[in-house]
Amino acid sequence: MKVQFELNGHLVEATHAPGTTLMEYLRGEELYSVKHGCDHGECGACAVLVDSKSMNACLILMHTVSGRKIETLESFSTHEKLHPLQKSFLKEGAAQCGFCTPGMILSLEALDREGAEIDEAQVRDALNGNLCRCTGYVKPVKAALSTLKASRNAGGKS
Amino acid sequence: MKVIGKDTQRVDGQALVRGKPVFTDDMKLKDVLYVKILHSPIAHANILSIDVSKAEALEGVVSVFTHKDFKPHYYTTAGQGYPEPGPRDMRILDQTVRFVGDRVAFIAAESLEIAEQAINLIDVEYEELPCIFDAQQSMTAGFAIHPAEGTSGIHDVEKNIAAHLDAEIGDVEAALADSAHAFEGTYSTPFVQMAHIEPHISLTWLDDNNRLVIRTSTQVPHHVRRIVAEVLDIPVGRIRVIKPRVGGAFGGKQEILNEEIVGAVTLKTGRPARIEYTREEELYAARVRHPEQLKIRLGFDENHLLTAIDINILEDCGAYGPHALTVMSVTSQKALSMYKAPNIRANGDAVYTNLPIGGAYRGYGAPQAFFPLESLMDEVAVELGVDPVDLRLKNVFKVGDDVPIAKILGEGREGFPMVLYSIEIAACLNEGRVLSNWDALRSAEQSGRFRRGIGVAVAGQGSGIPGIDMGAAFIKMNEDASFNLQIGATDLGTGSDTALAQIAAEVLNVSVDKIIVYSSDTDMTPFDTGAYASSTTYISGTAVKKAAETCKAMILEQGKKLLQIEDAKIIDTQVVGSDGQTISFSDICIKSFYTEEQTQIMGSASHLSYDSPPPFNASFAEVEVDTLTGTVRVIKVVSVTDIGQIINPKMAEGQVEGAIPQALGMALSEFMPFDDKGRFTNLDFNSYHIYTSNDMPELVVRFAESHEPTGPYGAKAVAEIPINAPAPAVTNAIYNAVGVRIKHLPVKPQQILEEMDLN
Repeated sequence: MKVQFELNGHLVEATHAPGTTLMEYLRGEELYSVKHGCDHGECGACAVLVDSKSMNACLILMHTVSGRKIETLESFSTHEKLHPLQKSFLKEGAAQCGFCTPGMILSLEALDREGAEIDEAQVRDALNGNLCRCTGYVKPVKAALSTLKASRNAGGKS
Repeated sequence: MKVIGKDTQRVDGQALVRGKPVFTDDMKLKDVLYVKILHSPIAHANILSIDVSKAEALEGVVSVFTHKDFKPHYYTTAGQGYPEPGPRDMRILDQTVRFVGDRVAFIAAESLEIAEQAINLIDVEYEELPCIFDAQQSMTAGFAIHPAEGTSGIHDVEKNIAAHLDAEIGDVEAALADSAHAFEGTYSTPFVQMAHIEPHISLTWLDDNNRLVIRTSTQVPHHVRRIVAEVLDIPVGRIRVIKPRVGGAFGGKQEILNEEIVGAVTLKTGRPARIEYTREEELYAARVRHPEQLKIRLGFDENHLLTAIDINILEDCGAYGPHALTVMSVTSQKALSMYKAPNIRANGDAVYTNLPIGGAYRGYGAPQAFFPLESLMDEVAVELGVDPVDLRLKNVFKVGDDVPIAKILGEGREGFPMVLYSIEIAACLNEGRVLSNWDALRSAEQSGRFRRGIGVAVAGQGSGIPGIDMGAAFIKMNEDASFNLQIGATDLGTGSDTALAQIAAEVLNVSVDKIIVYSSDTDMTPFDTGAYASSTTYISGTAVKKAAETCKAMILEQGKKLLQIEDAKIIDTQVVGSDGQTISFSDICIKSFYTEEQTQIMGSASHLSYDSPPPFNASFAEVEVDTLTGTVRVIKVVSVTDIGQIINPKMAEGQVEGAIPQALGMALSEFMPFDDKGRFTNLDFNSYHIYTSNDMPELVVRFAESHEPTGPYGAKAVAEIPINAPAPAVTNAIYNAVGVRIKHLPVKPQQILEEMDLN
């Protein structure tokens, strides 16, 4: 089967077997920030942005991504520059083992793109689908609040 | 100190926040075979016959392995000291299966889909055997779960007792009989899952020299190498184990879970192989925290000082006993290392059942100790009419105290004498009392549907296993005064690579970014027992400090030679002669490499300690009980910990902040129910509920000022200690809120409702 969509800013045509999930495809393309944690959409480690919404790639079948805009964490930073959320995760020590970090950052970016006011409850809601066994969510929430509030104050998205 | 005690960017931080391919599975292996295990659907059975012909006939199946492919050899999957303290009771594949999830066979195929399809084509004829799911009944079940022949180290095969311990100091019975006040209670702690988000994953291949490379998510690379060599009967020197970044472990990866299986596939086929557990396999076929039932008795004199502590342990070690003895030893040792009492006794049995296998999980027996001990201490305080904080302050060990249990109870054998050089538990209690608003909340009148309460608990842990845990480090200098630090120590996501780099940087007067860390590769780094027993900062950290000091001494010697002076010293990153001449570290190295007095400046060291200074923690939990539904919500946890000198404040906080929800999960949200066939029924994260961001209470995390003279720069351990006290703090808070005493975890709302009705 073939499907066309936008992946990290580039139009791609993917050939895939029926039943292939987006997670399997992306990891097969060596986009390894998409982690495999549970296969059931429960842990959020495989979260990607689909049209700017954070979704679990393990639950998305490839034939459904036609025409969609998919983003993974690989597209967030350049060789020189980190995304503001990556910077604040680094500064706050919010990545402990780092396995759920990509999914968390994507969920927070999706929240940011919604454009609503940012408070702690919203950040916690945004991260509620990203299970983390290391941090107790304390430093990820702190990193998110500092960055996303700063982004609001600057009057634009981060 | 310039680096120690300061936050620093993690050495792996950039890679992690960028989502770089740094974990085990983040690579492509050409011609890789996918390996799947057929797990037993039956809790106890003999395999009468096993027909793999249909599976083998499936296109894409390359190899099928059953017990017939391996000669009977018994080993243990526990990655711990050698010779192992626990029983050797497991085979790579056996003709008998002993729990739902046990290995029956495994298959290597060209794709995961084919492997999954093929395991269902294996025809197995089982002869069902009687099974037992209760540790107490198992001892008199009348059938043995393990054979006597071939196994070793099982305490009593016929009674299904994997391990037994007895220890007594003084005369506990006499002391209890003479006590002004005596109390007792029976408590139990449940099966709990480690629930690391990265599943167990291992890759193997043969390198250009036909050596077996194992890239695996493990806490114990050197134990993996030793055990795989033994099980597959190849020399240790033919194996290289590489540990990349690990996506959480918490003890679950202190186990040789599947490395020998993929190793067998690669050795047989010559091809790379990959095995990864699904979440479902993680939940029913990996390892769990040992449930324990503890009967505990406490005697007090008229001044409310402890005269006797007696604990009796019944540990369910599940179908095999990889950590059976040592988890039980830790339960006893930690329960008897908190409070000073002249008469102490512990005895216990670790008993086989046909349930999942107990493994290593953060705390390693200590949460099982402190839930009962701290629950009963709370009851005592209420009974005696004294403040629970004050009762603890009165009875905790103090600086200079001897902890006598440490000498008689070590890691499955006699231990070593222990004197407390640092213990700031009183400071932890006092600070927590203020931060939690203890005095006001404790006595606040409660009425209405939602009732609040506050509870306290204290705990200790250790810093490595005395006389056993050994870590080594190697440091070499480069031209720009950067240093390669090579360590066997295993960063399992905690940040230990960074902490160890900080120690090296502090010694060498350089910034942390000058330390290039490479760890946990059995070909490239020296030996280390691995990341468990809270050993890395204390044991491996001291090895790093010693290696850096050796390296620094060599820099000074080279500097003196190059300056041609007898008397010189190091100031910052220069060697300064008594005559005022200077030479920079960088120039020393460049000259030493290329022009004068040529040599590699380097240092190496090993460290083993007969001390294991306990870190201590006081936890205060504020809860709200819904008296209509019986559900409990934790509002706030204040956790104050004595970890000696802090190496990296943010990373230390992170350890505490992560441990608390694990403890709260054990108390409130993580349930492991089994059906009447011994099948665990919560097979996904939806039903096995670990704390989410929305479940979290407010956390207040502080550290007491402390210095441990035997630790590197005064440090003790931090990894495990914060998981021990929150659960009893929560249940004590429930009692404070609604007067219901929880003695069996996890907390069941039904019990709260029923007992509130009775009250």
